[in-house]
Amino acid sequence: MSTATSPVTEGPTQLPTPEPRSLGSAVSDYLARVRGGDVGSLPAVLGLVVLFIVFSILRPNTFTNAFNIANLVNQSAAVIVIAMGLVFVLLLGEIDLAAGWTAGTAAAMMGVVLTREGWAWPLAVVVCLLTGAAVGTLIGLLVARLGIPSFVVTLAAFLALQGVLLKTIGEGGTIAIRDETLLALNNNTMPVWLGWALFAVVVGVYALLSLRRAATRRAGGLQSESTAVVLAKVAVLAVLLGIVVAYLSRERSRNPLISSIKGVPEVVLLLVLLFVGLNFVLARTSFGRHVYAVGGNAEAARRAGINVNTIKLLCFIIGSTLAAVGGILLASRDNSISPTTGGAQTLLYAVGAAVIGGTSLFGGKGKILDAVLGGLVIGVIINGMGLLNQPTSVVYMVTGLVLLVAASVDALSRRRAMATGRV
Amino acid sequence: MTMPSTTAAPPERDVAPLLSLRAVNKSFGAVHVLQDVDFDVYPGQVTALVGDNGAGKSTLIKGIAGSQTFDNGDYVFEGAPVTVHSPKDANALGIEVVYQDLALCDNLDIVHNLFLGRELTKNGVLDEATMERRATETLAGLSVRTVRSIRQQVASLSGGQRQTVAIARSVLWNSKLVILDEPTAALGVAQTEQVLKLVRRLADRGLAVVLISHNLNDVFAVADHISVLYLGRTAAQVRSKDVTYNQVVELITGGRSGSLGLSAEQQPEDVAAEAADPVVTAGAGGPATETREETR
Repeated sequence: MSTATSPVTEGPTQLPTPEPRSLGSAVSDYLARVRGGDVGSLPAVLGLVVLFIVFSILRPNTFTNAFNIANLVNQSAAVIVIAMGLVFVLLLGEIDLAAGWTAGTAAAMMGVVLTREGWAWPLAVVVCLLTGAAVGTLIGLLVARLGIPSFVVTLAAFLALQGVLLKTIGEGGTIAIRDETLLALNNNTMPVWLGWALFAVVVGVYALLSLRRAATRRAGGLQSESTAVVLAKVAVLAVLLGIVVAYLSRERSRNPLISSIKGVPEVVLLLVLLFVGLNFVLARTSFGRHVYAVGGNAEAARRAGINVNTIKLLCFIIGSTLAAVGGILLASRDNSISPTTGGAQTLLYAVGAAVIGGTSLFGGKGKILDAVLGGLVIGVIINGMGLLNQPTSVVYMVTGLVLLVAASVDALSRRRAMATGRV
Repeated sequence: MTMPSTTAAPPERDVAPLLSLRAVNKSFGAVHVLQDVDFDVYPGQVTALVGDNGAGKSTLIKGIAGSQTFDNGDYVFEGAPVTVHSPKDANALGIEVVYQDLALCDNLDIVHNLFLGRELTKNGVLDEATMERRATETLAGLSVRTVRSIRQQVASLSGGQRQTVAIARSVLWNSKLVILDEPTAALGVAQTEQVLKLVRRLADRGLAVVLISHNLNDVFAVADHISVLYLGRTAAQVRSKDVTYNQVVELITGGRSGSLGLSAEQQPEDVAAEAADPVVTAGAGGPATETREETR
């Protein structure tokens, strides 16, 4: 290892190996970034903490009991998954106003083949996903090939899909979901041991990957995080997740003798898989990098040899397919598909979730974690306001206010970032 | 194709040109943008391409880079005739273009921008460590020391630093010919200096560099050769040490300067009539420039 003398001579490319970042410098780096306007997930996390404290004080018994926390996860799951899909579209600087009705339509297709045709659930799920993918392909082609603004295309799809949904399930009708597996998805919990196993796998894999990454970078002579920093991050993750899992593993049935309810909701497994998979796609693959590039400067991306149209098309397909997954969760939660499945505020909540989490509507900035954190913030508001017995009118107004606050934080941090040259 | 007698003798006979265009033409409908243009670029040297607005510089560059193909004419690269029909063809030959309106993504960091569209992967996963190492080496090899961190976003860089990143991207791929479109157009004095030094270093590393510029101070500061386009024709290809500032200005504005440049009959007809007066002024400028040459 060479010492930290700066190279003075021209020509040779021998560079000093930077010292690994210590715990102290990692913390001060982070604080400097936040002061510079690169707030990342901080507003969403703070919002979540504040909302939790407020509702815990106002409704100490009903809000913070394990039953309600599990309920919260199930309530938020669909919005989180739809928001995950919207992150891909928003990263391009585009919008998908039809995501909510895409969820409803895809779920309706699933319901039809499930109940009227009697297909097995895996086939019905495939039909649902294909419906989403087809909608995404159509929107993507119109936006990428014909160059129609996504706002207009998806507004048209918003109206049209509503009609398709009505047509599919029949005016005013509903399709009941009776398949055990699908119902379990967003209602049941996994065994306590499985929850802890999931916890161990998540923390273990995160620790392993982080340590390996630091080791690779050290071996390559690059600035890396010291083992202490990595272990500190792992410890924080383990403690946070551990508290949640422990809390959810408590008995939360009102009458444990008749039916026991404990453990992590099953839907969490799906959320974890989607989070890890989509995060990998965005952060670790060329495709993900190209998505950010197209969102940041489409012309630069085109000149760099990136097929901008293909990237756009794929992002709309991913967005709509994830909306279809959200549709399955909605149907599972409601035990049925109705003309309002995926309607009402579903889309606005999902867009709000992504924005509250920190995804920019201008494109080029955002991550999958934004959808999760923002979705939880929205979920906590809806859930908490419901427990306060507030009328829907107040819930809407408060949700709107929170979205406005989130957008303001985005705008202010953006200005701050401009001033300090971070953007 | 023989060079018109009015243009200077082919410079640097000992070095073979890396790229030679002979009598290339390009029309857009009725507009004949390039007429029998000759253009030579030499390895290890900076060739400035100058000309007034509408002289055909951009069209010539787009033809070389493959984003628009020439209608006809010879495209000779490393002594062999080649066909370039797309930017990919040009890239495969080792030709890179750094565009005026910097093709960088503000939301990505320097490493990401350097490897944009050509990311290194290992088993389908981005190989960040190798990319970062190669980026660091490339910037160090170009003696770029002004960048605080290679992981900072491009948005936080100054104009000169951004231009540096754009240029570094073009040399990352063992390119042989780098075309710089107005690299100093939007820069301050110190940053212009910094970029021009970088341009010189590229040539010193053996690359052929084409510099498009309106600023003749920059051109004379770094260029070994100067090619002048005038209304879609090659007015002159000269060594920069053989001409003066004023001669180049005359070539750019009138297509000829004394014995250099297009003869009257080569001038487009409508301009030839108009040019009767400018020829006088060119003649008036001639002796002055010659005396300046003698004082060297």
